[in-house]
Amino acid sequence: MQLIYEKSVSGRRGVMLPASDVPSAASLPQNLLRADTANLPEISELDLVRHFTNLSRRNFSVDTNFYPLGSCTMKYNAKVLENAAALFAPFHPLTALLPGGDSLCQGSLGMLYDLGQMLADITGMDEVTTQPLAGAHGEMTGMLLVAAYHKAKGNRKKYVVVPDSSHGTNPASAAMAGYEIITIPTAPYGDMDLELFRQAMNGEVAAVMMTCPNTLGLFNPYIKDIADIAHSHDALMYYDGANLNAIMGKVRPGDVGFDVVHLNLHKTFGTPHGGGGPGSGPVGVKKSLIPFLPMPRIIHDEVDGKLKLQTDNEQSIGRTANFFGNFGVMVKAYTYMIMLGREGLIQASEQAVLNANYIKEKLKAYYDLPYDKTCMHEVVFSASNQLAKGVHAIDIAKFLIDKGYHPPTVYFPLIVKEAIMIEPTETESKQTMDAFIEVMIEAARLAENSPDSFAAMPVTMPVTRLDETRAARSQTVCYLG
Amino acid sequence: METSHYCPHTPEEIQEMLAATGVGSIEELFDSIPEELRCKRFNLPPGMSEFETYNRLKQLCSENCQDLSLFIGGGYYDHIIPAAVDHLSNRAEFYTAYTPYQPECSQGTLQALFEYQTAICRLTGLDVSNASLYDGATALAEAALMAIRTTNRSRIVVDGCVSPIARQVLATYLSHHDAELVELAPLDGLLNRAELIHQLDDQAAALLVQYPNVFGCIDDFTGLADQVHAKGALLVTAVYPVALGILKSPGELGADIAVGDGQSLGNPLSFGGPSFGFMAARKSHIRNIPGRIVGETVDKNGKRGFVLTLQAREQHIKRHKATSNICSNQSLCALRGLIFLSAVGKQGLADLARLNYDKAEYTKSSLARIPGVTVLQTAPTFNEFTISLPKPAVQVVEALLARGVVAGLPLGSFYDGSENLLVVTVTEKRTRKDIELLVKELEVVLCN
Amino acid sequence: MSEIYFTKEHEWVKVKGNSAVCGISAHAAHELGDITFVELPEIGKKFKQEEVMAAIESVKAASDIYAPISGKVVKVNMELEDAPERVNESPEDAAWMVELEIDDSGELTRLMTQEMYDNYLQTL
Repeated sequence: MQLIYEKSVSGRRGVMLPASDVPSAASLPQNLLRADTANLPEISELDLVRHFTNLSRRNFSVDTNFYPLGSCTMKYNAKVLENAAALFAPFHPLTALLPGGDSLCQGSLGMLYDLGQMLADITGMDEVTTQPLAGAHGEMTGMLLVAAYHKAKGNRKKYVVVPDSSHGTNPASAAMAGYEIITIPTAPYGDMDLELFRQAMNGEVAAVMMTCPNTLGLFNPYIKDIADIAHSHDALMYYDGANLNAIMGKVRPGDVGFDVVHLNLHKTFGTPHGGGGPGSGPVGVKKSLIPFLPMPRIIHDEVDGKLKLQTDNEQSIGRTANFFGNFGVMVKAYTYMIMLGREGLIQASEQAVLNANYIKEKLKAYYDLPYDKTCMHEVVFSASNQLAKGVHAIDIAKFLIDKGYHPPTVYFPLIVKEAIMIEPTETESKQTMDAFIEVMIEAARLAENSPDSFAAMPVTMPVTRLDETRAARSQTVCYLG
Repeated sequence: METSHYCPHTPEEIQEMLAATGVGSIEELFDSIPEELRCKRFNLPPGMSEFETYNRLKQLCSENCQDLSLFIGGGYYDHIIPAAVDHLSNRAEFYTAYTPYQPECSQGTLQALFEYQTAICRLTGLDVSNASLYDGATALAEAALMAIRTTNRSRIVVDGCVSPIARQVLATYLSHHDAELVELAPLDGLLNRAELIHQLDDQAAALLVQYPNVFGCIDDFTGLADQVHAKGALLVTAVYPVALGILKSPGELGADIAVGDGQSLGNPLSFGGPSFGFMAARKSHIRNIPGRIVGETVDKNGKRGFVLTLQAREQHIKRHKATSNICSNQSLCALRGLIFLSAVGKQGLADLARLNYDKAEYTKSSLARIPGVTVLQTAPTFNEFTISLPKPAVQVVEALLARGVVAGLPLGSFYDGSENLLVVTVTEKRTRKDIELLVKELEVVLCN
Repeated sequence: MSEIYFTKEHEWVKVKGNSAVCGISAHAAHELGDITFVELPEIGKKFKQEEVMAAIESVKAASDIYAPISGKVVKVNMELEDAPERVNESPEDAAWMVELEIDDSGELTRLMTQEMYDNYLQTL
């Protein structure tokens, strides 16, 4: 398909601008002006609409295909969420920071405040900041809070402990807060090795970052012991909320000893993933960390019952983003939460776990299951049986594309060879999963009988397998025509 | 159990699935969570129907003051959004997809991001762009970290005329790096050149400037790049993309990195987010750019296609040694930016910029006629400018808010001695009537 | 005639007098896949044995290269910056990466000979 720049015709105009109703001013001095107008597309509105409509048709998406991408919680995105967010489109964030402005924004501030309260209840935390713009941004914010906590106490801390199954963002975010990383291997039972963890802990550890259930989809039964050991060294427990969809209403991070959590609203609370963002990564903390939260902070004035903004606080880590976070995404998450309510959220977690276990049982005769026990919301297989025939996880992924399924996450977590990580979510029907299971079994049979046939796949897409080496070497990231 | 929102199983299906799984109840699946760790409370309200939910949101939204006339910017601007932007970005194939990990079934997102990167390169006059960052403020902070990595130096010099909000975010990001942040106090709304000579030493990694700056001034940065490069540092420019419809590009100024907030390109105000941050740079810096990058390549049959590239810079491979911890971009907002730029088009963006300039100039001269109001005249401005009032700006703004006009951003809380300064913003959406109302209401407030 | 030694991290080093030419083994190059980038150190920089000296990237992996022996960088193979694919084509010869001036040849006893390395690869 042509690039939009290749469809441009010199001199063609698109959307008409408002006419000027003021006199034309004297031009800016020449030395401030650009020599040539930026060479943007010149295309009619109809051609523009066709271009992007046709581009969209070159995507798999939740609304068109089963999308069991592990660790990403690709659940259905309810349409009313979009309508709700559109209501709040016209409001300028700085209005709230003007003198008397907060009283003009009680609706927006109210949504943020209520959302924070609900997230605090779900996670067992005392207060939530909505400022972080995505999960990884929440992690960084959380680690800056950890650093501020230790600094205020005069603690000298140097390290952050992570299990080897962690998301890459965990160590990267800890590094943003100036910490060095200690990595703990996974034990044969599928969780961070408790003994090695105990040995690694010392007074210089600032925090332990955990995903629970972890990226293998397993709930760590020793989590309380880990928290107790960490706290005995005055290290804080950090909860990566990527997998919260498994446990709503069952267990709360705050109750098992976590001090800081970040949430991925785009995963757990059903907001669309947008082709890679925008997300939203609120951070919840226990009381001991509230003084360090980013500014501005929304507070409830007991006297007049209004919401106000606190902008000054010496101990705060400062600002981590422009304003109040990805507000539009939060409206969607809020809408989702009040619509499902207490029982709906519990049911979401229960059926997410049921669906993952159903797929696990149906496929374990065909794919190696390195950690064979009850999983939570996702299950991690290995294509090691298929590898013996020369078929890799990526080959199975390409087979699935030809069958109309978005592949599961492959090659993550790093600790499972040829990993295939399946997260069906609660919104998929039994019929959809049964059909998917059949296709996965078909892939396993094909690997057995005709392993060479995978190399050409996929054949049903606009392109076949792409040369990633060439892309990395040529570094063509901008159209030069 | 009753089926509720978006959980499709019938009770019979649940029984079948439990049987297939070999457990007697759903609760049994949670046996790995020890009893003593179970929820101490979970007190959310009961759920409701879609209809009731939407009405609740409408009710909540009505608690916002609805009809304010906006003369405020400060990095977030009230621009037109062509209808096609909403309709096309609301194609479910775009907004319900995720990161294009599997390129063959994600060519829509990938090609769009490649076209987006191209638009950003052309707008900024630089060679390479990433697929977007979170927002303009974090993009500025990431540019500072990038300069530190590139130069192996640790001193960041920032013009005090850069948005104070962005500078706060910058300070947060740098607080735990082995970095020194030096802020140059503004001189009459412009970069203090004399002070710059003192502070820009051979330990400086970068100079960070912004145009138009927080006062609205278009500081003339001609020759600045040579001065910065002579010290071995990088020049980072934060820019307002709509203004680049007419203003000299970062590339023409010799900048190494350009960043900015893409909200003004087709993204609604939405109380501050989501928008996107953009970042472009000279080609030699490509390996130090944070975040996702889409590259062109070919498939097995030689057909053009697009993939995420240079991923070895990123956290999922390099973990704590990555260029940044960033994982996602703001893909959908960047897509809206691309559709906006394509819909408005080449000449359209220049015309849009000119329209903003004309409206602001008209407002500026109208306000200047009010007794006691003076306009900061040290440099030309784009669609924002600073006025000095005869009394504290916060008092004036508060009085005007009560009359339905958001008159601008008072600078008193950001700069000492600026209590009477107000930055007024005028976009193409403000009509002559709106402008006349602002003038009239300001006259009334100043007379009282 | 130079002697070749290997590290557990799959670097090789050819020693001739006071000079040590280093690169990565054919095994490592194969494991990494198509190499897309090689980052080389500055000339004159000093490294201790086992310190990170260079870095290498393929499409899906990034790997540090450790100094097999302590020394000062006297030459680097600039050709690799434009043609990283040479590492796949000729890892143990044309795609040498760094030449060091050896600090202490006694450190060589901590490295493996060709035969020891071949046996070591069998154990992986």
